[in-house]
Amino acid sequence: MTRRRAMSLAVHAGGGIAVATFALPALGFAIGSAVFERPPVRWEAVGPPDDFPNDTYLPRVITTVPGTGEVGKTTVYVRAYNPDIDGEKDPNIPFADEQGGDFVALSTRCMHLGCPVRFVAASERFICPCHGGVYDFTGKVDGGPPVRPLDRFYVRVRNDQLEIGPRYSVNSEFRRFPSYRDPAQDLDGVGQYLYPGRFSTPKMD
Amino acid sequence: MPKLPMPPLPKTLMPRPRRPGQTEEVPPTHQLKEAGISAVDWIDERTSLSGALRWVMFRKVPKGTNWFYTLGSATLFAFLSQAVTGVFLAMYYTPSVTDAYESARHITNEVFLGEFVRGMHKWGSTMMVILIFLHMGRVFFFGAYKYPRELNWIIGFVLLILTFVMALTGYLLPFDQRSYWATIVAANITASGPLVGPFLGDFLRGGAEFGATTLSRFYSIHMLLVPGAIAALIGAHLYLVTKLGTTAPPWAKPEPDEKLVEDQI
Repeated sequence: MTRRRAMSLAVHAGGGIAVATFALPALGFAIGSAVFERPPVRWEAVGPPDDFPNDTYLPRVITTVPGTGEVGKTTVYVRAYNPDIDGEKDPNIPFADEQGGDFVALSTRCMHLGCPVRFVAASERFICPCHGGVYDFTGKVDGGPPVRPLDRFYVRVRNDQLEIGPRYSVNSEFRRFPSYRDPAQDLDGVGQYLYPGRFSTPKMD
Repeated sequence: MPKLPMPPLPKTLMPRPRRPGQTEEVPPTHQLKEAGISAVDWIDERTSLSGALRWVMFRKVPKGTNWFYTLGSATLFAFLSQAVTGVFLAMYYTPSVTDAYESARHITNEVFLGEFVRGMHKWGSTMMVILIFLHMGRVFFFGAYKYPRELNWIIGFVLLILTFVMALTGYLLPFDQRSYWATIVAANITASGPLVGPFLGDFLRGGAEFGATTLSRFYSIHMLLVPGAIAALIGAHLYLVTKLGTTAPPWAKPEPDEKLVEDQI
């Protein structure tokens, strides 16, 4: 190696380090909190537990992203657990000792691409206005493009109030995925490995 | 009709003969003209810009060049119109989840010419996408993407994708129901890619949920990141157009040198 070559290498390396000094922190700034920051677990009271029947849903509005006005609110459909429809209770569900498994809180986020579904009491189905996704009474896909049942929310009863907690996803066998997935992510078969859980969802414990 | 001689000027208005040693007087209009020329010369002497300008402006174009060759310039002017109206819309727009809709409404309903400028930006974006496709079609059907212009086709394709990114990120900014749900859908489509998709979706939204940073993120991408990239790539695109020249239309017959035509030898 000649002295000229060593010097020019040193200058290029210096330039590279100078660029990395501002480019890497800027990139980390843009990606870091978006991908790796866990929001806190939030619980929101929606009324006394006796209010909720087990044969139809009551809509309740909760705040999922505080500080963003109307944008941060979402509708949740809540009813009491009904063994005739829902079958065996999940014994491992969090807050089982605080009636965590006694209620069903369904998200209105369509599992096709995230439009808001509406519960139509007459047909006992959830219907999405965007591309025609249809779900049955338990949130299972009945027709249209959605890839998995409607997301659910953890619930618990405290101070005689039903509280809605973080969202979780389920696959078509109602297996729980605590780090909830975005819509359009199939969680059956190979899908559960193709769509890994994220760092940006609230974590309970 | 024969031209009549001018009547003689009265003596007081006649130009006086120069006195010995006095230099010729320069009229002020002439001085002004000289000032302009010398200012341009001053710059040119130090930059040699005139050579570059001549290289760009006085190019040879092939026989058969027609109106279809103006589609590229039309797209460029659509971009310039978007840039100018966008810069001024940014003076009134607030990228906050609680104020964005109100500030967009304020622009449309209350600011002088607001509806017009916002309309230009809105319809101009559609125009730009249409013009890009027409320009792309011209290049494709005229075979202008072939050697040695493949790199310019690739740059043009990147410009097409960046224009789509502009259209997508700009769609959220009015922040009405339509733009909100369209962005939810777009972020979820992004997130449906395997393995990296979920993290790309998080990057786009600034988290797992559509939140306060989603709008400002889209705004920054829409008005700073992508326009800069587009402007730089347009520069590269035009440089290559100037360097390689434009193609003749496919139906133009080449005219060989007379000396090479067999009949004439």
